[in-house]
Amino acid sequence: MLTIGLAHYLTVGAILFVLGVFGIFMNRKNVIVILMSIELILLSVNLNLVAFSSKLDDLTGQVFAMFILTVAAAEAAIGLAIVVIYFRNHGSIEVEDISALKG
Amino acid sequence: MIAALAFYLFASILIASAVMVVTSRNPVHSVLYLILAFFNAAALFLIAGAEFLAMILVIVYVGAVAVLFLFVVMMLDVDFVQLREGFQRYAPIGAIIGGILFLELLFVLGTWQFAADAAELRLSPTPAGVSNTKALGRIIYTDYIFLFQAAGLILLVAMIGAIVLTLRDKHHSKRQNIAVQVARTSELTMAQPALGEGIRREDILRPLPPPSKAPKPVAHHGHGHDDDHGHGGGHH
Repeated sequence: MLTIGLAHYLTVGAILFVLGVFGIFMNRKNVIVILMSIELILLSVNLNLVAFSSKLDDLTGQVFAMFILTVAAAEAAIGLAIVVIYFRNHGSIEVEDISALKG
Repeated sequence: MIAALAFYLFASILIASAVMVVTSRNPVHSVLYLILAFFNAAALFLIAGAEFLAMILVIVYVGAVAVLFLFVVMMLDVDFVQLREGFQRYAPIGAIIGGILFLELLFVLGTWQFAADAAELRLSPTPAGVSNTKALGRIIYTDYIFLFQAAGLILLVAMIGAIVLTLRDKHHSKRQNIAVQVARTSELTMAQPALGEGIRREDILRPLPPPSKAPKPVAHHGHGHDDDHGHGGGHH
């Protein structure tokens, strides 16, 4: 119990992942909170990668975590830019209103 | 012992703040709890021995991404109460799916084990006696250099994309319109002054006066009368 192993990290990562998925369902109308939930999911993935890297003494996991961090930052920037211009053009960021691209 | 207690403390704060992120009534509070979650995740990274990633997490997530979120949330004038209408309706579905997902993850965790030869399959084992940052730098700039460059390219594309998306052209800046410049034809007509007469004022081409600065005839006549006597003789 008092020695922190891989299972502890994986449990925390799993809880965080589930919370992120749950947040997407809870805040189905608010794009900004959905983006934040996606950040939580990516954070849990990073936690898993770092835990495995630490357990296996393999630095590749940390390199991959860094690339995930890069992609997460790019995704947040682009997503928020899209939210900003959508709000500027339509005056709303409700997910149900964002349907101009549906087939 | 200390590390275990710190782990439980940071993990519990991390999960609690993640809960607050998804259930908070005010999105500004959500962003602030997200920042708290990132700090605690950085602490967990530190406990796992990934110091460089922990610092990167604080710098990139707290310093850039979370502030970006905060900025957008505060800048947009959104009626957030209206956005929370379906909150109660979607909560059971989310709880069911989240519960199923969590159970599946627990099953995976319970029945899973490392391969027997996992230790030999490591791509880049952690070198002994080298700090985490130095070891990461050694493999990023050698083995993963192309991926590293690709990551930089992704960030560049994201930056340019965000700027292009949100740039509102106000036509204030002077810029070169190359198409107009190339398509411009010369409208010059050559004047031919008579020989020996020298150049007159009318032969010098001047740009037209700007149209907004029309001469004010009344004011000019008012005190132009005294000037006519002063040096009017030269023109007549």
